[in-house]
Amino acid sequence: MKKTRYPALTRFLADKRGMACLIFLCLEVLLLLLLPLILNQDPNLTDKTAGFWSAPGPGHLLGTDDVGRDIFARLLYGGRVSLLVGYSTALLSALLGVPLGLMAGYKGGKWEYWIMRACDTFQAFPSIILVLCLVSLLGPSVWNIILVMGVLGWSSIARLVYGSTLSVKEKEYVEASRALGASDKDILLRTILPNVVAPVWAALPMKVVRAILWESSLSFLGVGLRTPQASWGNLMQNAMELVTLTTRPWAWIPPGLCIVATVFALLLFSESLRKAMNPRDRL
Amino acid sequence: MAHYLTKRILGAVPVFFGITLIVFFMMNMAPGTIADAAGGGEASSAAMRAALEANLGLDQPIVIRYILWMKSVLTGDLGNSYRTGQPVLRMIAQRVAPSLILTGTGVVLAILIGVTLGILAAWKPGSRWSRLASGLTLFSFSAPGFFLCLILIYVFSVKLGWLPAAGMYTSGMGGSLGDLIRHLVLPASVVCLGSLGNLIRQTTSACSEVLGEDYIRTARAKGLSEWAVLWKHAFRTALIPVLTTILNHIPHIIGGSMVVERIFGWPGMGSLLFTSVSSRDYTVIMGITAVVAVAVLLTGILMDLVYRLADPGVGWGGEDR
Repeated sequence: MKKTRYPALTRFLADKRGMACLIFLCLEVLLLLLLPLILNQDPNLTDKTAGFWSAPGPGHLLGTDDVGRDIFARLLYGGRVSLLVGYSTALLSALLGVPLGLMAGYKGGKWEYWIMRACDTFQAFPSIILVLCLVSLLGPSVWNIILVMGVLGWSSIARLVYGSTLSVKEKEYVEASRALGASDKDILLRTILPNVVAPVWAALPMKVVRAILWESSLSFLGVGLRTPQASWGNLMQNAMELVTLTTRPWAWIPPGLCIVATVFALLLFSESLRKAMNPRDRL
Repeated sequence: MAHYLTKRILGAVPVFFGITLIVFFMMNMAPGTIADAAGGGEASSAAMRAALEANLGLDQPIVIRYILWMKSVLTGDLGNSYRTGQPVLRMIAQRVAPSLILTGTGVVLAILIGVTLGILAAWKPGSRWSRLASGLTLFSFSAPGFFLCLILIYVFSVKLGWLPAAGMYTSGMGGSLGDLIRHLVLPASVVCLGSLGNLIRQTTSACSEVLGEDYIRTARAKGLSEWAVLWKHAFRTALIPVLTTILNHIPHIIGGSMVVERIFGWPGMGSLLFTSVSSRDYTVIMGITAVVAVAVLLTGILMDLVYRLADPGVGWGGEDR
């Protein structure tokens, strides 16, 4: 392979599976943004003519739910919410975790001690318990869920960045830029940061996966987002009723499959990213 | 070793305080107290609420309350439930065994299946075993636990009618072992599948690394059977990453089985936590937090000991975890 400025990017572009996943994920976002505009269906509107729990048909692609709302429209709007929660949570975790990890690794001393002890504490406890308590206390809105999961997700990212910062800061090029008189801020942002973000890129899709799965689990169990706000998780809540579970699979299987497909694509995407960044690593 | 153990336990103490402190402050940040729920809504006057709050000790500053709570926890008293008035310790004690049965069965199954498949996949890359292993890994990572629960209930309880969908025993059946196992199959499979992916992946990567080493070639060259190579070398080495994986995932495993418990109506700590959160039963939530924190930290220390015994290369020395 010829030498390029961005070898990892070149390797990723050549990876068919990774690219397919990326395209799928982008298309998914586009579809969820555009389809509701084209179809122009209201996810909260009760269709009085179709009635409750009508079967799938031309008017309602997936039928209507327990109060006569179009399930397909709710699937699209719910998808928007689920993806919004997934991506924003991962972003927030990275925004908190990267600087904290950098500071802990670069400054050492008290910074390192307190940040890493906080990391230990957060990682020693099932975060889903904290998420569950906090969301039920703050109130189950989309932004609260993003805030809680995003803030609680900082520790694994901070640990990743901390580890690589420790090894990078001993490198000659850091010495060199210090010798040239660069300030701490310059060294951190211009020299160390670009060299430690690689593992974070590969970890981010996994963060999105976890956020989507948690949000949908909580919403499914009735402690996350609640109707009328649709999300893939709470669309499946109806399946807790035996009648819906047994006789109306179209009401709960599609949102489940949407979650599985999204998560699946994110996983393969993350794997391809990791491979592109460490070509020697096989797994 | 005794020195190492002491150090490890002392290291866990601040983490315990950290966790309980975080949850305690979170619980108390909430608008509205138990007095709102217990006082009967609008009818309760301000005076009644104040009396109730004073009675429950809610009129004290938060730091004092945390210290008082911690003091009674250290003497083994977790307080009484706001909702039922029962001692929290007793409520939790009733739930520990079911939780252990469910999570334990799931994890042991995952270890058995995961390690076997991982070794087989590393032994013959590209074979049917290896494809099965990578398929299962992806499935385990991408299938949301609750969706899997629904599918299993739909297929095995509703359509086929083979297995029960809720509870731990059939009511009025006296609670035989066979009945327990029938109830255990579905939830334990979900718990098992939740940690299977990581186990397979770690075992495979560790084993394929070992199988490429020179001493394996030597072992084969001197005529050892494949079985002996796999058992004596690959499996021994695989143990360590497996232990690390479990070590790192204890909180995750506990969290995951809480969701499963809730869906299958399994009478464990997870179900109790969900009911307590929705009824704002703070003493119970704090009690579960404390118990789970202790359980996680103790299992961590225990696994760490086993890990150091399994791998003589890792010393008892000074490095801080």
